[in-house]
Amino acid sequence: MSTPFYVSPQQQMADRAEYARKGIARGRSLVVLQYADGIVFVGENPSRALHKFSEIYDRIGFAAAGKYNEYENLRIGGVRYADLRGYTYDRDDVTARGLANVYAQTLGTIFSSVGEKPYEVELVVAEVGETTEQDQIYRLPHDGSIVDEHGSVAVGGNAEQISSYLDQRHRDDMTLAEALKLAVQSLSRDTNGSEREIPAERLEVAVLDRTRPQKRKFKRISGRQLSRLLGSDGAGASASESESESESGDDE
Amino acid sequence: MDFLSEHQPEILPGNRQLPPTKGVIEAPHGTTIVAVTFPGGVVLAGDRRATMGNVIAQRDIEKVFPADEYSAVGIAGTAGLAVEMVKLFQLELEHFEKVEGAQLSLEGKANRLSTMIRSNLGMAMQGLAVVPLFAGYDVDREKGRIFSYDVTGGRSEEQGYAATGSGAIFARGAMKKLFRDDLSESEATTLVVQALYDAADDDSATGGPDVARRIYPIVTVITEDGFRRLSEGEASDIARSVLERRLEQPDGPRAALL
Repeated sequence: MSTPFYVSPQQQMADRAEYARKGIARGRSLVVLQYADGIVFVGENPSRALHKFSEIYDRIGFAAAGKYNEYENLRIGGVRYADLRGYTYDRDDVTARGLANVYAQTLGTIFSSVGEKPYEVELVVAEVGETTEQDQIYRLPHDGSIVDEHGSVAVGGNAEQISSYLDQRHRDDMTLAEALKLAVQSLSRDTNGSEREIPAERLEVAVLDRTRPQKRKFKRISGRQLSRLLGSDGAGASASESESESESGDDE
Repeated sequence: MDFLSEHQPEILPGNRQLPPTKGVIEAPHGTTIVAVTFPGGVVLAGDRRATMGNVIAQRDIEKVFPADEYSAVGIAGTAGLAVEMVKLFQLELEHFEKVEGAQLSLEGKANRLSTMIRSNLGMAMQGLAVVPLFAGYDVDREKGRIFSYDVTGGRSEEQGYAATGSGAIFARGAMKKLFRDDLSESEATTLVVQALYDAADDDSATGGPDVARRIYPIVTVITEDGFRRLSEGEASDIARSVLERRLEQPDGPRAALL
């Protein structure tokens, strides 16, 4: 019987983290920003079928970068968790904090169990509150830690560069159009500093809009509404305008 | 639901063991629900009374619930079980929508409800039946549709109008005489209130509009814009105008003889 090679635990964890990070870095980045009336998710996504953003519950949204099958798995787990919670107790008892904790547990267990390969995903769980101060955004890296974020978050390949770009320019009281444009600018900067154009068809955009009259605040923005928001000047597209559009442009 | 039955079967209504009972269990029962289609949508309405034997258990119970954006359920039968069934039904539709990223077809929703009623058959045989009425706007066919059920989960699509609950026979009679193919939305909402009035007139378990306590029927409208429940004010306006006319003509509007 041969003796297995000795690998120190530190080395093993470092290797696994490296593996996960590389996997995440291959995917395109996405950003999550707070704006005056809620939280907006923006990412580059050529596919119309495979979503990076999704609704988890009334006020909770989910965004993920990395390997699709892995985060889809986590997403469905999250929807189940939230729906079961809401059914057994009350709709108000489903919180982003609870959900983020469950995700952290799951990711952490998978990351440190030797039998499994670590998940190559980085998640964002966001909950829109009654006011901007009550909004919650949690970033969950591949190793199961939780980072409590405020204002703007970027995950995926180019995350560090994008988030430092966003940090300098983001304000909490931006309108949706302003936040959207800032997000697209930040995403269209390449690693080497050059800029490229991302057409509206390749963007996936979703909002958690606290002004929405329905209980479920999550809404995808696409097509005409998206190009109008991107095209108009920041001052022109007010929050009320985007809301009136949300009635007719409901695609859920 | 499939996941739930594996994961936590005890919270599903159909999976509970019933203790053997003698006689009928006394529990609040909901009574009359009516629905009418009109070009462009469907109206679903219910009275507000829950009875327990000969006692009025609740005067202001709500028996019409949105199932999702484009459909609604009105419940007749054992109130406690029915409300739980609707809650689970709402959950299932929402869960499906979130996981699959698309809504179930109206037919699919109706079938799902059918299975849920069937799973309640054991209780129904002990006198705790739940018989809902399901109405929704079919986005594909662009029209309102109504589905009615029996205790065993049998489902049938109704054309034009339908009613369920103890006052259903009277309500159906009223609607039969008043229904037309070309109703407008406001005419359809008036029609359901008329039908509920007639049901309350002849069935002691159905509550009429309660002017003293300001309790009026729940009227909901589902069109391509989605589900909308008429506000208290709108519902009271309709109920009051119906009541006004009935003060002169207690039996309501007369249909032509031939």
